[in-house]
Amino acid sequence: MTTQTNQATEIKSTTCYMCACRCGINVHLKNGEVKYIEGNPDHPLNKGVICAKGSSGIMKQYSPARLTTPLRRKANATRGEGQFEPISWEEAFDTLETRLKHIRATDPKKFGLFTGRDQMQALTGLFAKQFGTPNYAAHGGFCSVNMAAGMIYTIGGSFWEFGGPDLHHAKLFVMIGTAEDHHSNPLKIELGEFKRNGGRMIAINPVRTGYAAVADEWIPIRPGTDGALLLAITREIIEQGLYDRDFVVNYTNGPELVNMDPKSSEYGMFLRFEVPLEEGCFDPQNKLWWDRDLNKPISTHTPGADPFLIGEFKLKDGTPVKPSFQLLRERVEAYTPEWAEGITGIPAATIKRLAHEMGITARDQKIELPIAWTDVWGNEHESVTGNPVAFHAMRGLAAHSNGFQSIRALSILMSLLGTIDRPGGFRHKAPYPRPIPPCPKTPTSPDDVKPNTPLEGMPLGWPADPDDLFVDEKGEPVRIDKGFSWEYPLSVHGLMHNVITNAWRGDPYKLDTLLIFMANMAWNSSMNTTEVRKMLADKDETGEYKIPFLVVCDAFHSEMTAFADLILPDTTYLERYDVMSMLDRPISEYDGPVDSVRIPILPPTGDCKPFQEVLIELATRMKFPAFVDGEGKRKFRDYPDFIINFETAPGSGIGFLSGWRGQSGEKTMRGAPNPNQWEQYAKNNCMHHHVMPKSYQYMRNWNMGYLQWAKANGMTRHAEPINIHLYSEVLHKFRRAAQGVSHGKQPPERLRKRVERFFDALPFYYEPLENEMINKNDFPLSALTQRPMAMYHSWDSQNAWLRQIHAHNYLHMHPSVGEKYGFEDGDWVWAESVHGRVRCQARYSQSVEPNTVWTWNAIGKASGAWGLEKDANECQRGFLLNHLIGEELPNQPQGQHYSNSDPLTGQAAWFDVRVKVYKADKKEQGSTFPQFPTQPRYPGMAKPVGKWQTFIGGSGLFKNRFKGGK
Amino acid sequence: MTQLALVIDLNVCVGCSACVTSCKEWNTSGESGGGMSDKNPYGKDPTGTFFNRVQTFEVGEYPKVETVHFPKSCLHCEDPPCVPVCPTGASYKRKEDGIVLVDYDKCIGCKYCSWACPYGAREIDEKQKVMKKCTLCVDRIYDMSLPEERRKPSCVLACPTSARLFGDVHDPDSEVSTAIAERGGYQLMPEWGTRPSNHYLPRRKTKAHVTEEALHRIDNPLKKEEQRTPVSSDLPTLDDFLF
Amino acid sequence: MHPAFSVIFLTTLIGAGQGLFLALYTGQVYNTFGVVGDAAPSSLYIAGTFLVLVLMGLGLFASFFHLGRPERAWRAATKWKTSWLAREVIVLPAFSGMAFIWGALHYFNIDPVLVTTGTVDISLSLVVGLLAGLLALLLYLCTGMIYAAIKFIQEWASPLTVINYTLLGLASGFSLAAALAAWFGSSLTNAYAGWTLVFTLVGFGTRMFSLYRNGRIKRKSTACTAIGVRHPKIRQISQGAMGGSFNTREFFHHKSPQFVQTVKVFFLITVFIVPITLVVIGWSNHLFTLLAAAALVQYVGLLAERWFFFAQANHPQNLYYQAT
Repeated sequence: MTTQTNQATEIKSTTCYMCACRCGINVHLKNGEVKYIEGNPDHPLNKGVICAKGSSGIMKQYSPARLTTPLRRKANATRGEGQFEPISWEEAFDTLETRLKHIRATDPKKFGLFTGRDQMQALTGLFAKQFGTPNYAAHGGFCSVNMAAGMIYTIGGSFWEFGGPDLHHAKLFVMIGTAEDHHSNPLKIELGEFKRNGGRMIAINPVRTGYAAVADEWIPIRPGTDGALLLAITREIIEQGLYDRDFVVNYTNGPELVNMDPKSSEYGMFLRFEVPLEEGCFDPQNKLWWDRDLNKPISTHTPGADPFLIGEFKLKDGTPVKPSFQLLRERVEAYTPEWAEGITGIPAATIKRLAHEMGITARDQKIELPIAWTDVWGNEHESVTGNPVAFHAMRGLAAHSNGFQSIRALSILMSLLGTIDRPGGFRHKAPYPRPIPPCPKTPTSPDDVKPNTPLEGMPLGWPADPDDLFVDEKGEPVRIDKGFSWEYPLSVHGLMHNVITNAWRGDPYKLDTLLIFMANMAWNSSMNTTEVRKMLADKDETGEYKIPFLVVCDAFHSEMTAFADLILPDTTYLERYDVMSMLDRPISEYDGPVDSVRIPILPPTGDCKPFQEVLIELATRMKFPAFVDGEGKRKFRDYPDFIINFETAPGSGIGFLSGWRGQSGEKTMRGAPNPNQWEQYAKNNCMHHHVMPKSYQYMRNWNMGYLQWAKANGMTRHAEPINIHLYSEVLHKFRRAAQGVSHGKQPPERLRKRVERFFDALPFYYEPLENEMINKNDFPLSALTQRPMAMYHSWDSQNAWLRQIHAHNYLHMHPSVGEKYGFEDGDWVWAESVHGRVRCQARYSQSVEPNTVWTWNAIGKASGAWGLEKDANECQRGFLLNHLIGEELPNQPQGQHYSNSDPLTGQAAWFDVRVKVYKADKKEQGSTFPQFPTQPRYPGMAKPVGKWQTFIGGSGLFKNRFKGGK
Repeated sequence: MTQLALVIDLNVCVGCSACVTSCKEWNTSGESGGGMSDKNPYGKDPTGTFFNRVQTFEVGEYPKVETVHFPKSCLHCEDPPCVPVCPTGASYKRKEDGIVLVDYDKCIGCKYCSWACPYGAREIDEKQKVMKKCTLCVDRIYDMSLPEERRKPSCVLACPTSARLFGDVHDPDSEVSTAIAERGGYQLMPEWGTRPSNHYLPRRKTKAHVTEEALHRIDNPLKKEEQRTPVSSDLPTLDDFLF
Repeated sequence: MHPAFSVIFLTTLIGAGQGLFLALYTGQVYNTFGVVGDAAPSSLYIAGTFLVLVLMGLGLFASFFHLGRPERAWRAATKWKTSWLAREVIVLPAFSGMAFIWGALHYFNIDPVLVTTGTVDISLSLVVGLLAGLLALLLYLCTGMIYAAIKFIQEWASPLTVINYTLLGLASGFSLAAALAAWFGSSLTNAYAGWTLVFTLVGFGTRMFSLYRNGRIKRKSTACTAIGVRHPKIRQISQGAMGGSFNTREFFHHKSPQFVQTVKVFFLITVFIVPITLVVIGWSNHLFTLLAAAALVQYVGLLAERWFFFAQANHPQNLYYQAT
């Protein structure tokens, strides 16, 4: 039988955006309507596969939750009521232009731009910088900044966009605290291959869902104790001699000597034998080893030298010194498996076995690939070797207030096993590896924020020492979120989760206009959601809103939109241009840089406008230097034009897209703007993949060929080795400042102890901060969220197909919890934390650690939001755990406010929350708590769909859904 | 005689539901027409027609518990009990490839076939009131305008872990037959003699064996860290006494 | 299984209709062979047939509610070679038609004698009635086999299903006939009442036996065979459809075990105990009201019995639908 009739009339390629994974898709169209979305077989990321969300993109495109016209809050309506009137884009632009111009001309920091899970941070960041406001960040602070910072400050790269496990070569794969929504399809593809090849997979997680389901072994762990486990494993690895000595010696700072003279101002710093000729954001090779044969200090990487890793030595001048590996060994001495058992709940014997398995697999199953390469010291290697133990980790480690140090411990463990950028271990993706820390820096003084002037520095950066902090002369924060201040010095992704609270309180100051792009801050993107909703609508004595003007850009009827003064309707991903740029978070593969684009498949619905166009229009109207020419005339026609023609500096040849640069598209990575660049991408599956020579694909921290190539192509400034920081001198510099030892910026008195405690050059375990501030016996259980693979954040409850899979959520727990606290499977229960309580239904499960309760993230919705009917399961039986989680630490002394975050990075510690669970009264049953007044539909939204919906692509019924909705 | 079928590898299925919605999007606009209806799509208790669902089971008790994700669609039985009971002949098994299909134009929606399926593989479309089920994407697997490697059911193409294989289980050399033979592929509810064509591949554990000897090795790097304290030659030795 | 009222009404109404016809025809046979003294008034046959056709018509009407696409119902006769449902679809109108002819012969008083054997005249209506009666019995078989033929539903997959459908149909038909005969003052009342007791009592026995049997069924399918994993502790935690699906609606009764138990007690009282009592009293006094009450109570009881018949049936597909 042959059929042709099912063929769509047209197939177009673009890039998916049902999650942040960014797979290539082929979209089938019939009569201008989407009929079928399939994975693009020619795309390197997903190789033709597609996930549950990707296939349901149709239901997002035609979701009745879509906003189709700019909306202004009705004059007599209160924020949060959701009463809007449609306005034109011209009115919207005029309103914004007037308001923002005034702010920019007076006090630019009164404008804040914060964005959610978007993929255009290079542009939004540029907009903020050009505006001159420091108050910019994306969602990373409450997502997984600990993972990025912890790893980048240790190995110069991190999981997900910038690196990952090489499951193609690995033999043992350890997944610890992983969120299933990150790097979804590529990881699934690799997991399938890995398991089919007989690889062994161990999942360490309090809950066995998702990928952990197919693990060969599940090791349940108490939340927030991963650091203890990793340190105990590290101890066992060292004590048994299971580390890769050769790797540690050559590629880490393990053998480098540290000054151990407590009287010296250089105590804790590496010994340096000379001042480097060139200063830059790289590690100068001017440190010392203690040579085994000569038994004296010797310049690192001296040919033929073989340093001690363990021991203590005295310099000629009597200065005691130790290799930093020795310090690491001393640090983990106390972290015995028995000690860790009491904390993690994992038997000591299991911890030892894990360590032995990792170490022996790494040692005895070495991989050798016949790839010749040259290291940065000029040594030629005939092959690339690797130790096939791979790890993957995400928010289970990151979203704790001890996450940064836990992730440092993980990175160090991975390094001791000799698995960094080697086959079978961790592999970087371009533009990583980058220097430790990477070069970009924020401004360092309030004076860097000036009216009508772009910001002096990047809105987000990578502090390398205290002088890089963005604080005033008293050491107090300049940013609204207190990022890069002494409270959260390494908050490299900002602290979006504290912006509303800080702005509401006026601490450190008040904002005038807050522009939020696709972040649901009135719901699942905020902690302490109930109170944050009140803050958004709170007024001062004069009757003015405490956050005076709130602009929300979103494609959908989220909870946040109800609080907007002005709503800007964004398009869907099928209706716009986008770039997954090398300047941002590209989709690179291990074998070389890849970037990609979206190209509109459909025209915008109604009066939707891509947010990028909004930014470019506003930037042009406000005459930002990068967006107008010398005469103040518009430089870029629109976003596609901007993408083609923008260069990081005039003539730099570096722009948003790396492929088909140069006048005729003949250049890669670097080259003049190419007017036909979009067409080239369109012709090539909407992506550009530069496969590097094999000899550049491994050991990139130290690979001369690669580093020089990266330098030549503008990916790094220096072709210098990026040695792994087992011992982080960067962290120690902050401690020195806190101790008053160093010159330069000093923390305010109230923060000295805090900085001194947490800025430890070596990883250490401490209990999550909230635990120290509550009575743990009152709240005996940890509460977590997990990510269902068929949903992305809050995005998909509006999706008629996906919401059938996850219509509401339960609180999952081991049956012993119910037995102990007096309720049964299916009962309505209260879960209460120190911050508040929610009512929900208990659901027993055997696959959860008994001290943990968990639920799916962001399934619960406010009544009426996301275009749902008011009695939808999402609001009646769904609930949001965020109501239980503080955005600030509890029980602080009067007037003091600390973010409920990691004290190093400001990573929101939403996995720290502890609860008690008890049965709800008879009369409290039947719906979840809290409930909020039903959010109305807005003008321009589609009419209620009603009881039935039958989608048939090409029928035309769906694309016309929004017509006449106004 | 050809018998097309799916082989589902529970060893790699992570329960992502990719197969569920890719099936829905292909088939709702599929050739047989009519769409796959959803009731209360944005309201209380949304419920629609799907040909394929992923279920989850827990096997064992904490901490020795396995989470088993279990995709299930029509198994295309060799001896399909749903076919003879159909009073109209709407439910039929194709001779040429063994696919069990429903002719939506003949179906009277009596649901009797669903009663006669022990697997719960059939779902009535509550709007169109006809019985529906997996067709193995019969409207794409023979579509010669598609490249050969894309002539597979939508769920198979979607599956990110390649947990779904598709082919002729009667051809002993096919990928599916090989997988069944080598990996212990099994049928669901064999007790009914329905002889499902779809097979499942069981979980397979890779274990590690750490031997005591592996921890005691001559090349233990700790040996390199032993510091040889220089010993003075002036100390008394046996050499001073021995003849 | 989910008890569908369309099917409950269908099976109980036509069961009673078939029984009533068989009772009427039994009356004719008795008359013909002189078992009962007086000839029954033909109005009994005519009214009875009318009632049979009403019951069959109502049953057929109810059955349409079970069909998603009733306009295509005619197609349902196609696969009579394999499908008991198709057979029922053929036999039901065949029986009704034959019963109609039988009634019409009586109504128009057209009843030529076909054969005379000794003292007995074999008339046309006797032959037509015989055919109709055989079709009525065949219809019991078809209806019962629709359920008994589904081997996966072990509660149903038993000859008891056919036997109970037949006996309970006969009981309800004959109790109706007894009331009808009492109304017309026919001497057949005794015979009908007697048979009512016989069918009800035997039916009680077989139904109790089926309850006994169903109470101790060893399930062929288990969670182990359903997913092919050998382990004593298998528990479903999600079925991939939180708002429910056809599978959760069609194969579950969604009532508490207590409710199901109550229905069981209710039908045992109303199908058996109450009608037997009423018939015994009504029989001896030829009290139409008691006999009519017996028929009515029994019919209501049969609705409950049929509901329970469905509710008790445990479909193996439910192993896949234990949790949302």
